[in-house]
Amino acid sequence: MIPLDINGKRQNVDLPGETPLLWTLRDELGLTGTKFGCGMALCGACTVHVDGQPVRSCITPISAVASKKVVTIEAVGADAVGKALQAAWVDKGVPQCGYCQAGQIMSAAALLKRTPKPSETQIDEAMNGNICRCGTYTRIRAAIKQAAAQQGGTR
Amino acid sequence: MSAPVDRVIVANVSRRRFLQGMSLGGLVLAVGYPSIARAQEAKKYGADGMPNGWVDNPLAFVSIAEDGTVTIVCHRSEMGQGVRTGMPMIVADELEADWKRVRVAQATGDEKKFGNQDTDGSRSTRHFFEPMRRCGAAARTMLEAAAAERWKVPVSEVEAKNHEVVHRATGKRLGYGALAKAAATQPVPARETLRLKDPKQFRYIGKGQLKLVDGRDIATGKAQYGIDTRLPGMLYAVVARPPVYGGKVASFDPAEALKVPGVERVVEIEASPPPAHFNPVGGVAVLARNTWAAMQGRRALKITWDDGPNAGYDSTAYKASLEESARKAGKVVRNDGDFTAAAAGAAGRHEAEYYVPHLAHATMEPPAATVRIANGKCEVWGCFQSPQAARDLVAKRLGMSADDVTVHVTLLGGGFGRKSKPDYAIEAAVLSKAVDGKPVKVTWTREDDLHNSYYHTVSVEHLEAGVDGQGKPVAWLHRSVAPTIISTFNPAAKNEAAFELGMGVINVPFAIPNIRIENPEAVAHTRIGWFRSVSNIPHAFAVQSFVAELAAAAGRDPKDFLLEVIGPARQVSPEMLGDTWNHGESPERYPVDTGRLRRVVETAAREAGWGRKLPKGRGLGIAAHYSFVSYIAAVVEVAVDDKGAITVPRVDMAVDCGATVNPDRVRSQMEGACVMGLGIATLGEISFKDGRVQQNNFDAYEVTRMVGTPREIRVHIIPGDYSKPMGGVGEPGVPPIPPALCNAIFAATGKRIRRLPIRDQLTV
Repeated sequence: MIPLDINGKRQNVDLPGETPLLWTLRDELGLTGTKFGCGMALCGACTVHVDGQPVRSCITPISAVASKKVVTIEAVGADAVGKALQAAWVDKGVPQCGYCQAGQIMSAAALLKRTPKPSETQIDEAMNGNICRCGTYTRIRAAIKQAAAQQGGTR
Repeated sequence: MSAPVDRVIVANVSRRRFLQGMSLGGLVLAVGYPSIARAQEAKKYGADGMPNGWVDNPLAFVSIAEDGTVTIVCHRSEMGQGVRTGMPMIVADELEADWKRVRVAQATGDEKKFGNQDTDGSRSTRHFFEPMRRCGAAARTMLEAAAAERWKVPVSEVEAKNHEVVHRATGKRLGYGALAKAAATQPVPARETLRLKDPKQFRYIGKGQLKLVDGRDIATGKAQYGIDTRLPGMLYAVVARPPVYGGKVASFDPAEALKVPGVERVVEIEASPPPAHFNPVGGVAVLARNTWAAMQGRRALKITWDDGPNAGYDSTAYKASLEESARKAGKVVRNDGDFTAAAAGAAGRHEAEYYVPHLAHATMEPPAATVRIANGKCEVWGCFQSPQAARDLVAKRLGMSADDVTVHVTLLGGGFGRKSKPDYAIEAAVLSKAVDGKPVKVTWTREDDLHNSYYHTVSVEHLEAGVDGQGKPVAWLHRSVAPTIISTFNPAAKNEAAFELGMGVINVPFAIPNIRIENPEAVAHTRIGWFRSVSNIPHAFAVQSFVAELAAAAGRDPKDFLLEVIGPARQVSPEMLGDTWNHGESPERYPVDTGRLRRVVETAAREAGWGRKLPKGRGLGIAAHYSFVSYIAAVVEVAVDDKGAITVPRVDMAVDCGATVNPDRVRSQMEGACVMGLGIATLGEISFKDGRVQQNNFDAYEVTRMVGTPREIRVHIIPGDYSKPMGGVGEPGVPPIPPALCNAIFAATGKRIRRLPIRDQLTV
């Protein structure tokens, strides 16, 4: 049994410790918002937060996150940064197919928590690990800037 | 919603009755087209030419609950183009529905009920704009009739307006919910009696004000894709497939796989020998309690493959063989004037050869499907561009009637043509059957996706020109050599089909008197399939690069030269260009309009500030292409540093796709096409060695990332007229991008790229 803390909910899972967090979330816990894209931390679709840090859940074994705080796309909107990003994503019409966007938002949320006023270069660097095959990158940049500006306005 | 999924309007009106009403009208009257050539009985165009055509039955697409909630069915698959917002928006507009009270339901795969559902060819909007308008108008008319009856006034005195019907004289009003039941007893109006809105009255169409219907679900992780299906008792499967096209399992040992914790079953899927069609390629499946366990089980399988006749497929050798073919005469597919004589007598001669490799769609959501079989019925869930094909082929494989198969279409995490081929649905069906109908989800890994795709073709384009004293071409030869998509269905096919030739090789609308287009043979050694914009990619790359090369040789401005080669504004019959396909559209309704092509060139150039001074290492390149009956031009600004690294600060795209339903999604499609086009130009390549794909994942099969994305992509939409035929949007933005980039690189550096991807070709 491995104790997990997912979106504030503590639960034990009966799986081998090397099982990636991604498949535990998706297949065992029914949290399918976190997406599979490559299985090798190359595309960022599976990004979640572990103790506030962006982590690729496809290569993160559950044994490594035992008792740590895991936050997924389903709960990232519980705080102001996540909520502002989700609103900006809708407002700017960022998604096309939308499949990668959970990972994009998780990477963006980690960026804004670390760097509330990111420069263009900082945005590009922080988001470069997240592939969007539809090519929504220019709108992702715009949405991050909008969310950052909004956060700045309310602070 | 008080009456969920209760098709209130549907009650009491038989489909047969509606169809009788339909048969009177014909397409023309309700729509206000100028005149469709009714004589064209033999050949059908547009949606009429697609399997199961179109349906404009409001009973199939619209239902109204008593609380006033309007549910509109979207029968086309959503893969990022915005169709689940766009199609219902058309219905809602004519229906005078309040968008806030509209819900969108996704159709199951059922073309008899909904009309054609093949979501490909950039045709959802152009084929269904008018049927969807009629759906909305018919439902609106039924609501008005119900209100008039209730008030005992002539229907001419009432008017539907923003989710209610108003009696003009008295100001009495009734909401759509209150009228729903009574409206259901009204006959569906005959098509020719329908009153469509004047486009000036549109409230949603063309405004670009509505947010995506799935936007919030996507941003909060609630949206459901094919890979997200979960059913009670479901098993998770991955499949080890033959690494070589046409290969099969020689022998396998499941023992170690079955020892992996969580693995429940190992099942062989019978190989389908070529031609591939949409069949699974066979292999060995591992079924487990979760996807990870299945993947671990697959790793533990011991399989000996029989590679079959394509084991020698080698991309380096194949490229050489295509080049050899391209340098010899081939099947003549268009011959205007006399190329040979004109070239012999020309003041100058030019020749160039271009190469575009195989590509894989690499949808972010890899193929995935779930099947459950119970009580003689089969249910399928998945990300399908062609749900009816999934239904028919699953039924066939299971030996069931298609009536007993229901295909639930999820959101598609990208399509790009890959998900037009439902091989993964058949895999899931075979596996579910093997475990007595238990639900089974098949998930493809990224490696599976890259190793067993239906690849974009690989091509060599050989061009020759004879030019006059001013460097203007008077003779044009284009030999296109590429394995055809038809080979996936008929292994004897060695020539490009009409639909491939009609993607920018045969139908160049240039003002050149002597044009010869040839198509030497090529044999396919893998599954060739549709990839976003298909053969337009290599054709536009070659043609638009070659025109720029001729401009450079003539010492002319590339934009002015391109306009001169296009020639004066005129309407050219596709048939005159040897194009019998014309993207499936009527040659009368959709002539090739060089005036529109000129206009996008001029617009893109003007908006990009063509001719502006740029610092050293920067350049502008232009390219234009007609495809999917739309006209697109792009100006790319490139910066090449002293090490040869490329960045693209800005791209301007001008698009003439006729009138638009959702201009914001036209923009987003162009933005995405630009990013994908840049990836094709700079990074993308699938190559084979020993019959096997050499790229395993996104480390070797690279696609554009944030850093490679232009700072600015500016999209300029040419205003359209709703009375004129619409063009496609999803695909035509891609083809002009690679040549525009390479033309920009030439302007910046003097180096000409003729082989894609560019990768390190500029590295110093």
